[in-house]
Amino acid sequence: MSLAKLSIIQLREKLDKSEIKPSDIIADLKSQITKIEPKIKAYAHLEEAAFSTEFKSSLLKDIPIAIKDNICVKGQLTTCASNILTGFRPPYDATVIQKLKSAGAVIFGKTNMDEFAFGSSTEHSFYGPTHNPWDLTCVPGGSSGGSAASVSADTAICALGSDTGGSIRQPASFCGVVGLKPTYGRVSRYGLIAFASSLDQIGPLTKTVSDNAILMNVISGYDPKDSTSVNVEVPDYTKSLINDIKGIKIGIPKEYFVEGMDSDVKKAILESIELLKKLGAEIKEISLKHTEYAVSVYYIVATAEASSNLARFDGVQYGLRVKENSLIEMYKATRQDGFGKEAKRRIILGTYALSHGYYEAYYLRALKVRTLIKNDFANAFKECDCILTPTNPSPAFKIGERLSDPLTMYLSDIYTISVNLAGIPAISIPCGFTKNKLPIGMQLLSKSFNEEMLFRVAYTYEQNTTWHKEKPKI
Amino acid sequence: MAISKKDLIHVAYLCRIGLDEAELDSLTKELEKIIEYIDQLKKVDIKNTSPTSHVLPLKNVYREDKTIPSLDPKEVLQNAPFKKDNFFKVPKVIE
Amino acid sequence: MDYETIIGLEVHLQLATESKAFCGCSTKFGAGVNTQTCPVCLGFPGSLPVLNKKVLEFGIKVGLGLNCQIQNFVKFDRKNYFYPDLPKNYQISQYDLPLALDGFLNIQLKDYEKKVRIKRVHLEEDAGKLIHVEDTSLLDYNRAGMPLLEIVTEPDMNSPQEAFEYLKTLKAILKYLEVSDCDMEKGSLRCDANISLRKFGVKELGTKIELKNMNSFRAVKQGLEYEVNRQAKLLDEGKKIVQETRLWDELNSVTSLMRTKEEAQDYRYFPDPDLVPFILEEAQIKEIKNNLPELPEGRKKRFTKDYGLSNYDAEVLVEDKALADYFERCNKIYPKAKNLANWITGVVLAQMNNRNKNIGDLKLKEKDLVELISLVDEDKISGLLAKNILTDMLESGKTASIIVQEKNLLQISDTSSLEKIIEEVIAKNQLSVKDFKDGKNNAIMFLVGQVMKASSGKANPKIVQELLRKKIS
Repeated sequence: MSLAKLSIIQLREKLDKSEIKPSDIIADLKSQITKIEPKIKAYAHLEEAAFSTEFKSSLLKDIPIAIKDNICVKGQLTTCASNILTGFRPPYDATVIQKLKSAGAVIFGKTNMDEFAFGSSTEHSFYGPTHNPWDLTCVPGGSSGGSAASVSADTAICALGSDTGGSIRQPASFCGVVGLKPTYGRVSRYGLIAFASSLDQIGPLTKTVSDNAILMNVISGYDPKDSTSVNVEVPDYTKSLINDIKGIKIGIPKEYFVEGMDSDVKKAILESIELLKKLGAEIKEISLKHTEYAVSVYYIVATAEASSNLARFDGVQYGLRVKENSLIEMYKATRQDGFGKEAKRRIILGTYALSHGYYEAYYLRALKVRTLIKNDFANAFKECDCILTPTNPSPAFKIGERLSDPLTMYLSDIYTISVNLAGIPAISIPCGFTKNKLPIGMQLLSKSFNEEMLFRVAYTYEQNTTWHKEKPKI
Repeated sequence: MAISKKDLIHVAYLCRIGLDEAELDSLTKELEKIIEYIDQLKKVDIKNTSPTSHVLPLKNVYREDKTIPSLDPKEVLQNAPFKKDNFFKVPKVIE
Repeated sequence: MDYETIIGLEVHLQLATESKAFCGCSTKFGAGVNTQTCPVCLGFPGSLPVLNKKVLEFGIKVGLGLNCQIQNFVKFDRKNYFYPDLPKNYQISQYDLPLALDGFLNIQLKDYEKKVRIKRVHLEEDAGKLIHVEDTSLLDYNRAGMPLLEIVTEPDMNSPQEAFEYLKTLKAILKYLEVSDCDMEKGSLRCDANISLRKFGVKELGTKIELKNMNSFRAVKQGLEYEVNRQAKLLDEGKKIVQETRLWDELNSVTSLMRTKEEAQDYRYFPDPDLVPFILEEAQIKEIKNNLPELPEGRKKRFTKDYGLSNYDAEVLVEDKALADYFERCNKIYPKAKNLANWITGVVLAQMNNRNKNIGDLKLKEKDLVELISLVDEDKISGLLAKNILTDMLESGKTASIIVQEKNLLQISDTSSLEKIIEEVIAKNQLSVKDFKDGKNNAIMFLVGQVMKASSGKANPKIVQELLRKKIS
């Protein structure tokens, strides 16, 4: 069997027993990529893999990892899948890349994404859409669609993504892999090209829950270069991989089980709840009252921050420059040609929300409703240890299907968005398939800095199901 | 609150994004729909609620006043679309 | 017609930290183009700011030094506008909650004292430098991200002279706080002014003009004087003042139009999500307050009280912190404070001005100055000669006693040597001798001068006068 199909733990075992060499993994990955990549198009850039020169003994030593194209890797193309960053090679590593390199991991390829992480389908990429390995006519989800698709199609062993409103969890659910959005402040954002600074987090996409915990062990922790990273001790997450959830209280938010949920998704989730109950969990109905406002709050806060974060892409220091005689024309032409449609839409919406006369009506009001949403979770976690929801109301949709209707696209993020607004961690794991054999994802949420709870429940569920063992036939 | 084409032209100028007529028209319509939707926030009671800029109660994060080596100018300018000597170069700025 | 002049000043001060406000790049002046830059101050994608602790400390010090209320909740906001010297196209600044509010400082004019209110003091980052050449502009980001303090007054000044005095007083305070080198030539202190005129008795402010590009305090004063006249003339002619920004043209001593006020700028301020708030505890502010150095106003009081200096001498000394420090160091080895102050504010200051040097650069050791003064005190040299000896000291680096010895400059006080010269002078100046005898007292001074000249300045003028009087009468 191709080594590309194995998990981190399986490869580790073979490497430690000297059954394989590190270059064997790269060779198998390359041949899998040659076969599969033309159909999936999960990568934005595939440059020569950079082996770490450090010889530390670590679970990640010599394990290749794919990196979302909005995370800076020194000397390698980092473009956010945008024309405006054409040719950009950062002269520095993101903190997570530094951590991976010093753990001995091999940085292998930059994955495709919605431009600047603006989207839920990876269709908004300058390099064209990525395809869902389970159905090539469908989207892989987004914005970390390339990371999810490559892990699902075995063109990557594991990957990093970023999550601002569901960008790790939703594609993980669409592609049948495990994706975690850590607590805000758990993983350094230094070197992550910002979309919305108060919402962004980097997280792992993996084939199994165990692999996810292993990556989290490496990338988590305080970073003096990121004022918003939190200086609290990082536990060993692999210790949370316990097949036991007896007595754990799982909350089911009633506001999430209303109209609009796909019937296959609903069935899979209800069956999962039953299973967890059988495994000893206590199931409780809870309420997250302000759920209906989450999408609105998100699209104001996220676009406002984005409009400012993306102002720096102006053709002066790096990336695309459209030649014009005057400065203002140069700015306008560079940003007109450099940004795709969705990016322009969001920058303009965010600029509008912050502009004179609208700041209080939109931005400030949104920040206040954000407080209410955050409080909803604080109250809920007084009654339960974690919360269970579908990751998405429906499975992967057809490429092109929702492009003409941005609002519908935005609304489909309803289950993932609140998590970012509250800053709490959440994981998506495979929990079934639709009649058409599209993966369904289940989302677990916990209190801030309690990823251990997520790993424990997710691991128990995984050990008692076989969804994660199924592979797409490409 | 509705957004007019005129508003959009102003906002596009603020964020320095050139738009052609077709883009202006479609964006006006799309944003109108989005803004109509987010106007739902107007019905939320926020009288006694303070805003959340940061989800975590972090405060007083500093670094000490110590210098660390800067980038090599080669690295500073390696991505520059236009440069002259060690300067970045732009079309003439008229005050 | 007479108008009331209303002036407000906005000072941008570069804080003298080792590293920049939000990254570890050096702040040293004069480095090679783009050599003091990093991903953070260049605003490279993915980079994040972390506040330099010292920047906040310096800001608090200045706020306290200007009698402001320090705010307990400090946050940073983004000021969004596109300009190529701004790497991120937003500036990290403070908007609705500045670091310090509602202060004042007292300025001393010739005949009166005045309180100028400080409206706000806030922290922000500096922009890079744009250099215009032919048809392009070039960018050096070494200055980008340097810590700045913006100090804004209320429109409390009513003449260009008051504005000048405000700046002098402000600079003295800032130097005492040791937060900036306040060097306008290097751009570490920059000043913009708002000026408007109104008829006396009218309540509303007139239309204000923003004035920029003044490179010295003198230029601020001259620019404002020009504006007072220009605006008064326009008003006299019944014309309206248009709100605009004007530039001071040093070469031609005029102000010229830079831009008329376009529609209000829309900076889209919002709290910077990359920086967390800073909560300043009362105890912490108090501690900084207790550790503030003595400020010019207090020092001046102490100089007049403890040393018995005149108001003028105290003022002149205190205004230049280094000079006042020098005075106090000299005073330790030379206790006659008033005499010492006369020397420093007179002879020494004249040397500094002539050479355009500060006291440190003059390289005049305290003990060497004291030795020189003591030589005069002991009648070993004349005061007149002392001035020349000081010049010699500064140029040769030799001490006064060596110069006196080498050039044989000891004052001649013994009567026998003097009498010979005096007799010669009397013989040559019979007319003056007669004048003196006729009661023209001035004539004696002329004769003393002649003796001094004949003795190459070495004669003791007091004894010469005595001997002359004796001989003539």
